[in-house]
Amino acid sequence: MKKLRKVYIALIMVFLYAPIVLLVLYSFNDSKSRAKWGGFTLRWYQELFSDKVIISSLGTTLSIGLLAAVISTILGTFGAIVLYQMKRGPRNMMLNVVNLPMLNSEVVTGVSLMLLFALAKLQMGYMTLLLSHISFCVPYVVLSVMPKLRQLEPNLAEAAQDLGATPVQGFFKVILPDIMPGVVSGFLMALTMSIDDFVVSFFTTGSGVSNLSITIYTMAKRGISPKINALSTLIFGGVLILMLILNLKDMKNPDGAKKIEKVKIPY
Amino acid sequence: MKHKNLMSLPFTLWAIIFIVLPLCLIVWYGITLEIPVEYTQITLEDGSTAYKLEDGTVQTQEPWQKKAVISFSNFKRMVEPTYLKLLIRSLRVALLTTLICLLLGYPVALILTGKDFKHPSLWMMLIILPMWMNFLLRTYSWMSILENSGILNSWIASLREAIPAFDKFLSDRGVGNKIIFLYNENAVILGMVYNYLSFMIMPIYTVIEKIDRSLLEAAADLGASPSKSFLRVTLPYSLPGVLEGVTMVFVPAVTTFVISQLMGGGKVPLIGDVIQNQFGKSSDWHFGASLSLLVMVVVLAFMRGLHSIDKEEEVQKEVRIF
Amino acid sequence: MFEKETGIEVEYMVYETNEDMYAKIANGKSSYDVIFPSDYMVERMIRENLLQKINWDNIPNVANIDPRFMNQAYDPESQYSVPYTWGTMGILYNKSMVEEVPTSWKTLQDERYSMNMLMLNSPRDTIGIALIMSGHSLNATDAAALEDAKQLLIEQKPLVLAYVVDEVKDKMIAGEAAVAMVWSGDATFSMAENDELDYVVPEEGSNIFFDAICIPANAKNVSGAEKFIDFLCRADIAAKNYEYVGYAIPNKAAIEVLGADEYNASPVNNPPQEVLDKCEVFKYLGEDTKLYDQVWTEIISEY
Repeated sequence: MKKLRKVYIALIMVFLYAPIVLLVLYSFNDSKSRAKWGGFTLRWYQELFSDKVIISSLGTTLSIGLLAAVISTILGTFGAIVLYQMKRGPRNMMLNVVNLPMLNSEVVTGVSLMLLFALAKLQMGYMTLLLSHISFCVPYVVLSVMPKLRQLEPNLAEAAQDLGATPVQGFFKVILPDIMPGVVSGFLMALTMSIDDFVVSFFTTGSGVSNLSITIYTMAKRGISPKINALSTLIFGGVLILMLILNLKDMKNPDGAKKIEKVKIPY
Repeated sequence: MKHKNLMSLPFTLWAIIFIVLPLCLIVWYGITLEIPVEYTQITLEDGSTAYKLEDGTVQTQEPWQKKAVISFSNFKRMVEPTYLKLLIRSLRVALLTTLICLLLGYPVALILTGKDFKHPSLWMMLIILPMWMNFLLRTYSWMSILENSGILNSWIASLREAIPAFDKFLSDRGVGNKIIFLYNENAVILGMVYNYLSFMIMPIYTVIEKIDRSLLEAAADLGASPSKSFLRVTLPYSLPGVLEGVTMVFVPAVTTFVISQLMGGGKVPLIGDVIQNQFGKSSDWHFGASLSLLVMVVVLAFMRGLHSIDKEEEVQKEVRIF
Repeated sequence: MFEKETGIEVEYMVYETNEDMYAKIANGKSSYDVIFPSDYMVERMIRENLLQKINWDNIPNVANIDPRFMNQAYDPESQYSVPYTWGTMGILYNKSMVEEVPTSWKTLQDERYSMNMLMLNSPRDTIGIALIMSGHSLNATDAAALEDAKQLLIEQKPLVLAYVVDEVKDKMIAGEAAVAMVWSGDATFSMAENDELDYVVPEEGSNIFFDAICIPANAKNVSGAEKFIDFLCRADIAAKNYEYVGYAIPNKAAIEVLGADEYNASPVNNPPQEVLDKCEVFKYLGEDTKLYDQVWTEIISEY
């Protein structure tokens, strides 16, 4: 039985990692074709670093991702607190509104934002891309902060204020530390969503600003270049190392394990 | 009270501008049609021809402008068999995907929270990690495994060469030299299961992990068999996670378009593909918006259904605790 | 190279279809200085006042362009557009996988290539070719003609391995299918990667298309745009560009640079004149585009 369970997990892992192992292998393949193995090479990595388009779209992806994640985390946390304080009726209504974008097809989100920007006569570009990323990230932050607020002792803020703290002090000293895991996981979720997004970006960017997804999509038209495989290998390796470091830390420190665990899962 | 209202103002404003307003735009597009503007041909003083539009402007080019009028003809078009068939197929594919994800994913969450794995969070991390690779790349990678000239077919071919019995076995069953794995509905479902499996495992894992161990121990002490304590404790308590996982998989699966295009080779169009086309190639935004509204209604109805299960569950839980 | 010579930085964006680009220019308030639409889209954009007239004095290299490509029907006096590339629709086939060299569109109805052919996932192009196959004009919009084309494509559907757009190159290079319906530029690209591939414009005639360079009405840097267009018309640059994009070029001087004999040897650049005479250009269909879309959805949703 025990063996069976391990075999099952192993099979799932093979399923999840087969295409990824393949991508990594291709990035060292000295042949443009995906069907043939032409020997080991590092030239795709060299070409990757001299490709201005890829590097600049990597920059756009990262800067948009970080900015969108930071801003939507602040906005979303604030929003969750506002919602939490509302009366039941209006709160449920607002929650439904905030959840709507997650139920929508990405195409609809993308197009509706594009229509909105056109209506506001905004020039499509970095700004519109950032705004649209913030707007689809906020619901995820609200969603991950909300449960943490519900677990709060309802009178905590009042108690803090009774003890002489201003509402702002009370928030930073008492409330924020308690809901921090939710805030951090909201931030990571926003970052992940933003970095992986293709559809919404496709509709809301313009004037030569493109992120990695759009660049990959455009490049794929001429056949996926092994350069892109090299890039994903690097990203994957980077994230893997980061995660391993985080994990090793909390393995050494079993008391903290529970707390960090919530944080690590970008979901 | 005043103070609270002031606090909620910026967030409410944000929600109105970035959630409600864009949706209103979609609804507006959905219930309108564009028709050419009316105009009269006039002759200018210098004898050349010009066109006077209904709003009074005069131009020398033949009018191309359109105006929006409210019309429900798009909704009529939507219930034509062509589009209904597409919708039904999308729902079927999405439901199958969700079901397979659940059947594959639930045991994963269950096993990882069990005793066999010392560092369940490490394993969870490994399950989430593939999501950090761009999903287009992941899908392309699957294609190179499954295509006619792909890796799987070349492995099968070399196996056949090496083991004549295996070759005979396949030939007897009418299997050709190349097996077509891609370009059908199953391939699309495979692509979706791959891309969404983690979305199913994560919430279930989070919920099962939180179940109080002492409950399970108590059940065992009271003489419940492992299967019984699973049915009576773990399963009901994990239901919220299952519902969340189902939502996380079903919603994107209903509306996806890239996966069906790539894995299905354009032969398995889903409603998402058609919506995407309306906003792209066919540039009929009005019809695209109407179709989006339809999908939204279907998804909302589905969520309503799920939500009602959730509520019943909550009542049950309370009974159990006290 | 342009950036080095003039110090003007170029940022570009590629759209899958003319319609995507149109949507961005017309609705999206996106401002570009130079765009590369196809013939029927030039026609539409001229009609909708989205392009500005080109000041030919600032583009001396236009002298390099073969005059037979100027003054096309989509821009009768060549006021708004500079010819950039041209191409045809045809059949790309794998010599080692076909029984005989295809010469006709009927190849795409041949049962011998069942599950071994690729079609374009593009309503206008695929229905257009089906219209030719059933003896109609490429630009037909009457119900009877479209019904013929629809029936033909539905009957053909079980033979088709996949409906693809850009993936066609990757798949044909890898030997995924024996025959495919392609644009000539994709054919050039694939043939360069796989020697077994060859291209033919079927004898019934086909679609011939022109891609043009235009300046949108709301361009910000018109003089930069003119410099860029002039740069693209320079013989050596047009020749380099040909090697990159793979579409036939209207630039006489560049063909000299490339070597006229070698250039003309390719079936992509130089289809027989009698076939070319039968080729038609797409017209902008306005509201009738929706008919094509409707028919296409009916075809692909058939199962």
